[in-house]
Amino acid sequence: MKTESKLERILASGNLAVTSECGPPRGARPEKVREKAALLKDHVDAVNVTDNQTAMVRMSSWAAGVIIKQMGMDPILQMVTRDRNRLAMQSDIIGAYSLGINTMLCLSGDHPKFGDHATAKSVYDLDSVQLVRMVQKMRDEGKFQGGADIDCPPKMFVGAASNPFAEPFDLRVSRLAKKIKAGADFVQTQCIFNLDKFEKFMEMVCDRGLNEKVYLLAGITPMKSAGMAKYMKNKVPGMDVPDEVIKRLEGVSKAEQPEEGIKIAVESIQRLKEVKGVHGFHIMAIEWEEKVPQIVEKAGLFPRPAVENL
Amino acid sequence: MITAEQKPLEEIIAYIEPYDRIFLVGCNECVTVCAAGGRKEVGLLASALRLNSMKQGKTIEIKEITLERQCDPEYVEELASDINRTDAVLSMACGCGVQTLAGRYKEMPIFPAVNTLFMGASESQGIWAERCRGCGDCLLGITGGICPVARCSKSLFNGPCGGTCSGKCEISPEVDCAWCLIWERLKALGMEKRYEELMEAKDWRPSGGGGPRKIVRKDLVL
Repeated sequence: MKTESKLERILASGNLAVTSECGPPRGARPEKVREKAALLKDHVDAVNVTDNQTAMVRMSSWAAGVIIKQMGMDPILQMVTRDRNRLAMQSDIIGAYSLGINTMLCLSGDHPKFGDHATAKSVYDLDSVQLVRMVQKMRDEGKFQGGADIDCPPKMFVGAASNPFAEPFDLRVSRLAKKIKAGADFVQTQCIFNLDKFEKFMEMVCDRGLNEKVYLLAGITPMKSAGMAKYMKNKVPGMDVPDEVIKRLEGVSKAEQPEEGIKIAVESIQRLKEVKGVHGFHIMAIEWEEKVPQIVEKAGLFPRPAVENL
Repeated sequence: MITAEQKPLEEIIAYIEPYDRIFLVGCNECVTVCAAGGRKEVGLLASALRLNSMKQGKTIEIKEITLERQCDPEYVEELASDINRTDAVLSMACGCGVQTLAGRYKEMPIFPAVNTLFMGASESQGIWAERCRGCGDCLLGITGGICPVARCSKSLFNGPCGGTCSGKCEISPEVDCAWCLIWERLKALGMEKRYEELMEAKDWRPSGGGGPRKIVRKDLVL
């Protein structure tokens, strides 16, 4: 084991891992974090804590992560390179680790244009690949990015994101390979709605043997309605929602659409469980965290393995 | 070249409002090419300012001068003989020109009439686009001649983010994804393997992170 991360132990044991996410609140109410996290408590192995998602200011991911840790759960610290330079990121990584956070996800982050501080200067001292490299070097070499020794290096289990659907498609496997080369231990993918295309991507991943080098968690998002599916297809950058998904949701009454959306999510997990190279699922139920337990249960991923038994 | 755009007329008028005599100084270099502050624009702005002062019932004396190169002390010296005959100088050069004037004529109020924008190239008639950030450590040799620092909205060094859509950047369908361009070009050159070489964290010192930059060419210094 490289770290004490629960997610690493579950993945290493050969079990399919389940993660979900929790967006911190837009204010200083710790109970908001607890309410959201409590919905996920027994059904996931670790919870991603987003970092100023969609470029809107929220409670810091490490602070919300500590609140989640205090509940006996395992946070995955998301960190975007948009808001902080290498000094600030390293100090936050050390700080988070010293408070018990041992798993993180390295991202570049949404452009400030999409948020409520559009006049901000984005930092991008590093990109997500360079962030992965820095965290791995802190762990394995005990060195800061600048080269000096760290007194008690943070041992983070390092994650990265992969979007199999963004163009150019033929670059996507190379990009994943690059993140693995930089030091990614696990990868969480963008929401998968186009399963055929994802399976094609995974074939290419396995052809290169990348499935042996990284744990890949497939991204699953339940659709609340046909409207949401259309919005994601047309408005969210890098999202691939096939027309069949929209038609299937439109084929039932509005009241039944949430249930149909959950069915689609569960069926997707069941199909993707069989795909070589898929090591687990990352369930992103956007402002719909209360549905995660039933998705996990219906997909046959419950109960979650107890780490002490691994 | 350095590109610029004229400031809003109201802002320019507010700068020169207290003064009766103005030198309006253009530049014959970059700002002429991008039609922001050359001889022609000096003439147009002078007319607009005269018209405005007439409407206000005031008389303003504007002398139009376009220097060969406003960022060069040699040409800026040409104003020396007449500088006492004005109350303020309005510069239509880039920020380099404005500061060269301000450095030479210390007692004289100097105001910018343009906003300096970026180092760019002409895409077609009337369209200029950013191409260089002057980062001091040119990567174009390994990125297929397309700069990710200047042309990727996030200045990413190791490939496109997840927001690319049909070759366009997530910020706007008008903006090309620099990394899609780089990838296509590397493929066309048979160099796509190069993409997987990690680009390490950038040393930003030559880019300005080490403080204001200066070139000293000992072989040229007098």
